[in-house]
Amino acid sequence: MEFQLQRKSKTRAFRNFLHRYPTVIPAVTLAIAVGLFALIVGERFFSPFNLTLVMQQVTIIGLLGIAQTLVILTAGIDLSVGVIMILSSVVMGRVSVTYGLPVELALFLGLATGFLCGLFNGLLVALIRLPPFIVTLGTWSVYGAIIYLVSRSETIRAQQIEDTAPFLQWTGNMIRLEGGAVITYGTILLLVVAAAVWYLLNRSSYGRHIYATGDEPDAARLAGIKTARTLIFVYVLCGVLCALAGWVLIGRIGAVSPLGNQTANLDAITAVVIGGTSLFGGRGSIIGTLMGALIVGVFRNGLALAGLDVLWQEFSVGLLIIAAVTIDQWVRKMSA
Amino acid sequence: MTAIFKGAVCAAAMAASLLSAGIAAAQDRPIVGFITKTEGNPFFVAMRLGAEQMAEELDLDLRSFAARSSDDNESQVQAIENLIAAGAIGIAIVPNDEAAIVPAVERAREAGLLVISLNTALVPAEAADATFTTDNRAGGILIGEWARAHLGDAADTARIAMLDAAENQGLVDVERDQGFMEGFGIDVKDPNRWGDEEDERICGHAMTLGSEAGGRTAMETLLQQCPDITVVYTVNEPAAAGAYQALRAVGKDDGSVTIVSFDGGCPGVADVADGVIGATTQQYPLLMASMALEAIKEFAETGERPEPTPGLDFFNTGTTLVTDAPVDGVESIDTTAAMEICWG
Repeated sequence: MEFQLQRKSKTRAFRNFLHRYPTVIPAVTLAIAVGLFALIVGERFFSPFNLTLVMQQVTIIGLLGIAQTLVILTAGIDLSVGVIMILSSVVMGRVSVTYGLPVELALFLGLATGFLCGLFNGLLVALIRLPPFIVTLGTWSVYGAIIYLVSRSETIRAQQIEDTAPFLQWTGNMIRLEGGAVITYGTILLLVVAAAVWYLLNRSSYGRHIYATGDEPDAARLAGIKTARTLIFVYVLCGVLCALAGWVLIGRIGAVSPLGNQTANLDAITAVVIGGTSLFGGRGSIIGTLMGALIVGVFRNGLALAGLDVLWQEFSVGLLIIAAVTIDQWVRKMSA
Repeated sequence: MTAIFKGAVCAAAMAASLLSAGIAAAQDRPIVGFITKTEGNPFFVAMRLGAEQMAEELDLDLRSFAARSSDDNESQVQAIENLIAAGAIGIAIVPNDEAAIVPAVERAREAGLLVISLNTALVPAEAADATFTTDNRAGGILIGEWARAHLGDAADTARIAMLDAAENQGLVDVERDQGFMEGFGIDVKDPNRWGDEEDERICGHAMTLGSEAGGRTAMETLLQQCPDITVVYTVNEPAAAGAYQALRAVGKDDGSVTIVSFDGGCPGVADVADGVIGATTQQYPLLMASMALEAIKEFAETGERPEPTPGLDFFNTGTTLVTDAPVDGVESIDTTAAMEICWG
């Protein structure tokens, strides 16, 4: 009897611990995954080159994941992050390469595109009080159609961009370190953005407002927080970060393409969820999301190098999502 | 708040009036349906443009539809149903799911419409009145033969990366992949599946979804498995462009790796001219579309159905090898000539 009680309190203490430090689980998962693949695959996986390659591969999803985290912290969701990214990159490409305008202006207009897309989402969510899922399900289609209108379904080739607007590929520049590690400017940009958003969330009043709006919107309003303004701010920031991801995308593939990335929005949500952020809002972190993105990247890369079929990569990522949400539900029970 | 709703009502009214104006503009010309996969892919956009031009010429009322994504069967079924209801004389369709679309196609044929499958055959092929497509296997053989001749003796010790589109091993995907191997002189075992080959020159298969981003990641993965890759087969040119970026990142853009591809879109041909791609097989989506419309018109007037190319169970709209490094024994055109007839 006494033993049982003791065990119960231990479980509770553990749950308490997870509630306070939600990034522990993704951190442990990441460490185990890296260790496991280092054992199974060996040098080809556990080399500075390959580990930094995984970083490069998750940079875009990492940025979209940070944007998505902000929205999910307010108990919302943004299904349009992927299309905002592509639309912004298409605007950057067309303005600079097709119309021959200065590349700085192109970059600015691309970021402005992200700003406007986010603003539109935010206004619909905050002022008309439509559910974020429905709003962004709609704008996912709307922005997706605009991509094809603006790009006329044409690809702008890497060589064209190199000739006329090489600055668009700036994020793809590489720093080669001793031992074979390769860091792209895009990855550095990701880390800078992560640090800035972390600061915003944890060290500024904006951050407290965002958490409060997601946790208990009514209580937040009563406490004098302008929740509508907070929501609009969050969706706008999300849009701008997606546009930034669009710039990083050009650096990665060299070209501007309307194709591909159809599932980027879902991949971003996956990173957020595996990173321990609660889909019900108010709980989660940027560091968790970064680790969530890395976990998915490590699984994909490691399983591929181990020679496993693509289907098993999808399979295992799916299991990770379910496990992460299960843990979240279990931890949430404590606060209820 | 009311202002916003007023605005929404105004916008809806405007959209409705535009729509009805569009409907009124359609006259009593024979209706022909044109259904493609997605508006996102330049290949299908080129097809639609080809169809629009030809419809103008033949005085047909063209109704185009596109599915939302390339795995969306349902919206294509709905498009067929709408076309039957509208009294169309025929439909040209690029099926998203070659088997699942068949019941809808059968309903259309029962209603007296001529149905032509474009780009790929239905499963079974006889479900459509005709198939107008590229011979993807023959096109794959072209780039395989070119790569072998281009490498010379080095072909015997080549290390080959196979960048396909998707794990489900779709017909077009498999025919290009296996055609390339056949042309290169690899024992393909089962010609309707990849992955069963035992030739040690093949490093592995990775999936690109036919996009630049997918091409880059897939190439990075295979490079980790086989750093000594010398030949890269790619299912289309966006995947090739992505693969090239991955090769460049590790300094392998020095000519030590030969990339071959498929499509002959204008950006792809430009990539051949710039040395990114060694050779590509050009296909002709505009031709597929315009010939299909001619066949439908012919059927409506004379009742005659289009005949397949002799020896094949489809009408072959042709393929040409495009390269600036021609080899003996494989006919090809250079990038200047290809640029004049490229699409997208």
